[in-house]
Amino acid sequence: MKFSEQWLREWVNPPIDTQALVHQITMAGLEVDGFEPVAGSFSGVVVGEILAVASHPDADKLRVCQVAGGDEPVQVVCGAPNVRVGMKVPFAVVGAVLPGDFRIKKARLRGQPSTGMLCSESELGLSEHHDGLMELPHDAPVGRDVADYLGLNDVTIDVDLTPNRSDCLSIRGLAREVGVLNQMVSESPEITPVPATHSEVMDIAVSAAEDCPRYLGRVLRDVDLTVPAPLWMQEKLRRSGIRSIDAAVDVTNYVMLELGQPMHAFDRDELQGGIVVRLARLGEKLVLLDGQEVELTEGTLVIADHDKPVAIAGVMGGEHSGVSPKTRDLVLEAAYFEPVRLAGKARHYSLHTDASHRFERGVDPELARAAMERATELLMAIVGGEPGEIVEVASDAHLPEARVIDLREQLVADVLGVKIDRTTVEEILTRLGLHIDKLLKNGWRVRVPSFRPDIAIEVDLIEEIARIFGYNNLPVTQAEGSLELKPQAEARRPVSAVQSFFVSRGYQEAITYSFVDPKIQSVVDPDHEGIALANPISMDLSVMRTTLWSGLLKSVDYNQKRQQSRVRLFETGLRFVKNGSEIDQQPMLAGVVTGAQVPENWANGRRNADFFDLKGELEALFQLLGITVEFVAGQHPALHPGQTARMNLNGQPVGWMGTLHPQAQKKLDLNGTIVVFELFLNPILSGYVPNFNEFSKFPEVRRDLAIIIGSDVTFADVERTARKVAGERLTALRAFDVYEGAALGEGNRSLALSLFWQHPDRTLNDDEVQELFDGVTSALSEELGARLRS
Amino acid sequence: MENLDQLVEEGLAAVHQADSLQTLDQVRVDYLGKKGVLTQQLKSLGQLSAEDRPAAGQKINDAKARVQEAITARKNDLETAAIDQKLASESIDVTLPGRGQDLGGLHPVTRTLQRIEQFFAQAGYTVEQGPEIEDDYHNFEALNIPGHHPARAMHDTFYFDPGTLLRTHTSPVQIRTMEASEPPFRMICPGRVYRCDSDMTHTPMFHQVEGLLVEKNVSFADLKSTVEAFLRVFFERDLKVRFRPSYFPFTEPSAEVDIEWGREPDGSIKWLEVMGCGMVHPKVFQHCGIDSEIYRGFAFGMGVERLAMLRYGVKDLRMFFDNDLRFLRQFR
Repeated sequence: MKFSEQWLREWVNPPIDTQALVHQITMAGLEVDGFEPVAGSFSGVVVGEILAVASHPDADKLRVCQVAGGDEPVQVVCGAPNVRVGMKVPFAVVGAVLPGDFRIKKARLRGQPSTGMLCSESELGLSEHHDGLMELPHDAPVGRDVADYLGLNDVTIDVDLTPNRSDCLSIRGLAREVGVLNQMVSESPEITPVPATHSEVMDIAVSAAEDCPRYLGRVLRDVDLTVPAPLWMQEKLRRSGIRSIDAAVDVTNYVMLELGQPMHAFDRDELQGGIVVRLARLGEKLVLLDGQEVELTEGTLVIADHDKPVAIAGVMGGEHSGVSPKTRDLVLEAAYFEPVRLAGKARHYSLHTDASHRFERGVDPELARAAMERATELLMAIVGGEPGEIVEVASDAHLPEARVIDLREQLVADVLGVKIDRTTVEEILTRLGLHIDKLLKNGWRVRVPSFRPDIAIEVDLIEEIARIFGYNNLPVTQAEGSLELKPQAEARRPVSAVQSFFVSRGYQEAITYSFVDPKIQSVVDPDHEGIALANPISMDLSVMRTTLWSGLLKSVDYNQKRQQSRVRLFETGLRFVKNGSEIDQQPMLAGVVTGAQVPENWANGRRNADFFDLKGELEALFQLLGITVEFVAGQHPALHPGQTARMNLNGQPVGWMGTLHPQAQKKLDLNGTIVVFELFLNPILSGYVPNFNEFSKFPEVRRDLAIIIGSDVTFADVERTARKVAGERLTALRAFDVYEGAALGEGNRSLALSLFWQHPDRTLNDDEVQELFDGVTSALSEELGARLRS
Repeated sequence: MENLDQLVEEGLAAVHQADSLQTLDQVRVDYLGKKGVLTQQLKSLGQLSAEDRPAAGQKINDAKARVQEAITARKNDLETAAIDQKLASESIDVTLPGRGQDLGGLHPVTRTLQRIEQFFAQAGYTVEQGPEIEDDYHNFEALNIPGHHPARAMHDTFYFDPGTLLRTHTSPVQIRTMEASEPPFRMICPGRVYRCDSDMTHTPMFHQVEGLLVEKNVSFADLKSTVEAFLRVFFERDLKVRFRPSYFPFTEPSAEVDIEWGREPDGSIKWLEVMGCGMVHPKVFQHCGIDSEIYRGFAFGMGVERLAMLRYGVKDLRMFFDNDLRFLRQFR
């Protein structure tokens, strides 16, 4: 909410400057976003009077005016369309300095001498309004300094109120708060009932008392809405960020800002019969004040006449029933709309108005009558008119109940960690307008005033005490409590161990959005349908990722387009897949590698990373995690059909790795060989606690073997076959060379293996090793068609 | 025997001239070997009388020792020279870069999260995780933010359907943990959160750490000490911290926490908002089946990117999610 400091100081005027005031209310929980002067900085601008206007001999759009206000009447050339004889305007005399350090000098405009300048609001930094001269009141004293006359030594303070502090959405509420903080009483204008001078009353019926527990209407006849609101009122509105419209609208806005009660004015002649406050019916339409036509939904509270809706209650009036300069008789409305029932209604119609902002947060339910009297008085002073009786329809059953809260002194001390003495507590509560009904043995019985709907329970009162006492005056202590030591599973490695592993192997950790581009995802994971957001921020962030590849590959693209050909990224995070009516949110670990396997330099060569580089890294990871993962040839729609492995842990699939399919790569506009992996994080972190095994003191025996074998036979087949017959003393089996070439014949490859045997208790002799070795050779030959390479 | 001295002289000269271990060994064979000239001299001893023999033998042995000594010395010199030569040929340019993999790095958000977690782990807090696709109840209702509440406007929420959403904070993890277990509690809930907002200072996804302590006897003063201690440890500075009344539906009293961050142009302290906190609202306890007459708690929450930006001087929030290597590499 924006407000004028001067206006506030009319109510309560503490002896502190603007800075101190702003700091004070910020520290009381009314956070000030900023403050700025209500006008640009200028000097030498006086109230000028237009004595004569003549057309410019050489320019259609310019006028040659005679202006009083300086030492003597002078000629000023002016281009404003609204200039006319008798008008009072801000007049920048020669020597004046306007905002932006703009100096006014004698000049000639199209040959005509011009001594000074007539100003618009924007030229004085008052508003953006620049389509004409700023018009000053008829009684503005000619020659008076304009800054002085308008009281422009003022700032607009913008306070960002939390939703609970609806009581501070008015000068009255802010002044109350500032009064409490400075131990001063805030002055309020005396509001006296305006007696009726005629007997016409509005017929008001409320059929939705739950939504509208209180509704007041009053007829004001014979007004003259061609008379604008006085400048002081327009200025206060302007400094509060509200533009002047006409006297009726200005007065309702003024009362809203002053007291906190949103009001509305209808043209009496546009209301058929009386006013009915009811819920909208299906299909009803309404053209709002802003010109847009809305189709009302059932459940929207409307103000209607006997034919049709004329306003969305608490949000915005209708265009047709609003006041205009032609309005003779008007109806003023002041009501209390129930906040919970009203909540969300404005947003439903994509509206947010000063009225809805206040009603949703809670207007003082007892304020309507005072506001009605205040508005009547102010309006009559401007536009005249004859007031009728106020008609009030209220439902006590639906009005908020008075709240009485018992506050325990001990709880205040327990929650705040300090004992605040009784008189301080009582003084704070009383100054806030809370009433101490009764002193209790252990505390106080406190009655909450109607303007504080946010205070409902004991801790709400404690917060008020703390707030005024000052949070920073409360002590700082150490929390007590037993520090219970939590069990830690050693077998389960922390995610941070996995992260460190990849970091030490040259990977950068990435964090990509959990929602991704459905186009990318359909390429990398066509088998899963991503869960779509109902209100995505953009199309490329509109479905939840079913694989971390969606984001990682986008990051590869981003980096490749920025001259980074070597990319190694990993990420941990959830993926989201539908599982019937449920959603599985599974922690994943994924990575991507492209470009040189090691950074290019004199010694590293230029080899690009491939499947086996990444596989080696994953094998090392699994060693770190203490798990044995099996790699099985597989098929994945995003991966190269001949370079894809499914990873299994204890027979259960735990992930995929492989080279990105050239088609997928093309669709994603990526360069080079790209190798990816993705693993379910939870199963692979479930490692083991090491258990020491005695190792053999006797020598290990090695035998090498080279075979030629069909290319379709995998190393895993060879290893399985060999291990079956190699006996329990086999300690290792390694492939140390793989070769394919024309010399071997089509469809063949050569595989060189080394086998290691060792006995725990003795030295193995040559014969027994030879026997096992021969067994392996013949098994490979018989079962897999291998022949020994000579 | 007269020529013995001459033989020694010749031998020494040959040793001296030997320029390799090989030629040196040949000298040894020529003079000291079985058929070497000095060894041969011993055979002539037989022609001498028994009285003369010992003295003559001694002379020959002395001569052999002199030559042997020279050979040993020469051998040492030659070996040293050979090693020096080998070393000279093996010298490398040690300023050339090393071979192999370089180092990657943690994302600055992870790095920041780890520092936060470490602090609270020392203070006995557990780390709790929860779902990111949440239901309305755990994200809002249980936290005292009913459907009509204006505070919902503070959370621009991503929805899947009216009851399912992306969590807007990690507080629902606290609710789930409290539902599943009994007090006391000390926990932090780090993780991704989502708000439907995107500009220089907002990304639709970011990270939060929310903390909760529930004990029988805990006060706002205890909350202040925890928050102050954390901020001073995190920034490794004895910075000024202030607490400002604010509003969160799930805490009462509630506060925003500002830290001192340089000076305003007018010389006054510049304050930056870094955290929100407060005493757990009784309604939240009620939703979790905890008796607020017995237990009290405090809660706090912070934006991880915001802390990382302040700590590392990052100016644009969006950089955290571009995953530009030139950005990431700066956080090794």
